[in-house]
Amino acid sequence: MLDILFYIVSAFTLIAALLMVMSPNAVNGAMCMIAAFVGTAALFILLEAYFLAILQVLVYAGAVMVLFLFIIMLLNVEEIEPSNRKSMRSNFLAVLSFIIVSGLMISAFSGEYLPEPELLPVAANPDGSVVSKIPFTTSSKSFGYSLFSKYMLPFQVTGFLLLSGMIGVIVISKKSTEQLEAEALLEKERDAS
Amino acid sequence: MTIGLNAFLMVSGLLFSIGIFGVILRKNTLVIYMSLELMLNAVNLALVSFSRYNATMDGNIFVFFIITVAAAEVAVGLAIVVALYRRRQSVMVDEINALSR
Repeated sequence: MLDILFYIVSAFTLIAALLMVMSPNAVNGAMCMIAAFVGTAALFILLEAYFLAILQVLVYAGAVMVLFLFIIMLLNVEEIEPSNRKSMRSNFLAVLSFIIVSGLMISAFSGEYLPEPELLPVAANPDGSVVSKIPFTTSSKSFGYSLFSKYMLPFQVTGFLLLSGMIGVIVISKKSTEQLEAEALLEKERDAS
Repeated sequence: MTIGLNAFLMVSGLLFSIGIFGVILRKNTLVIYMSLELMLNAVNLALVSFSRYNATMDGNIFVFFIITVAAAEVAVGLAIVVALYRRRQSVMVDEINALSR
């Protein structure tokens, strides 16, 4: 049963991703992207990473894609595909490279060259006693144990990264002082006339 | 479940190659950016499947960090795209070629 589910979900994810790349309208592409993210979340559930599946839907399909859709609709850019010979050639080369790379992937992972490890049983409810090698569990408790013991430093660095990202966005989207002065000057001239 | 690790890795690799395809094919910066997100997502899938078949938690924690970094990256990248649009009135990569001339 789970095997059939895997095939259905992975086909859904791949088709949604391909539609995202091929769709001429960016808004339709974003919708297909949401479908691809939800399909990946379903694959996470098949791998028994329930917490990450929820996180995937909340952060990627929720926050990130809403941001994307907001910017796409704000800028409202229509992609006019120029059908000259140069773009035809570059499109042909893109399709060729896609076929080569995906054929490489399929031939690498479908053969008998790679070892096929057994699916190990999931550990029971963690208690945080093992720090060096945290066993795989389905509970989100083990995330907390790992983040606050083994991965304390990366956790702090990630917090700092989020702060610097926030400041960076403010700096980038702020108008420069010269721009503001020019606008004020324009306003004054309009008032005078 | 009798599906092995290699099947998941193949799905992940195909998602990654679709992402590369989008980056090469498309001209719209926003769609290129979405393809980049797809590539990050494919790596996440590979990490989670390695973590499950190795029965350790480390891959899952790594994916947790990747999701956080991707959220920060999207915020900064979209701010750059908006700043670019404000200056050049376009987000197409073939019209933003000041450095190639």
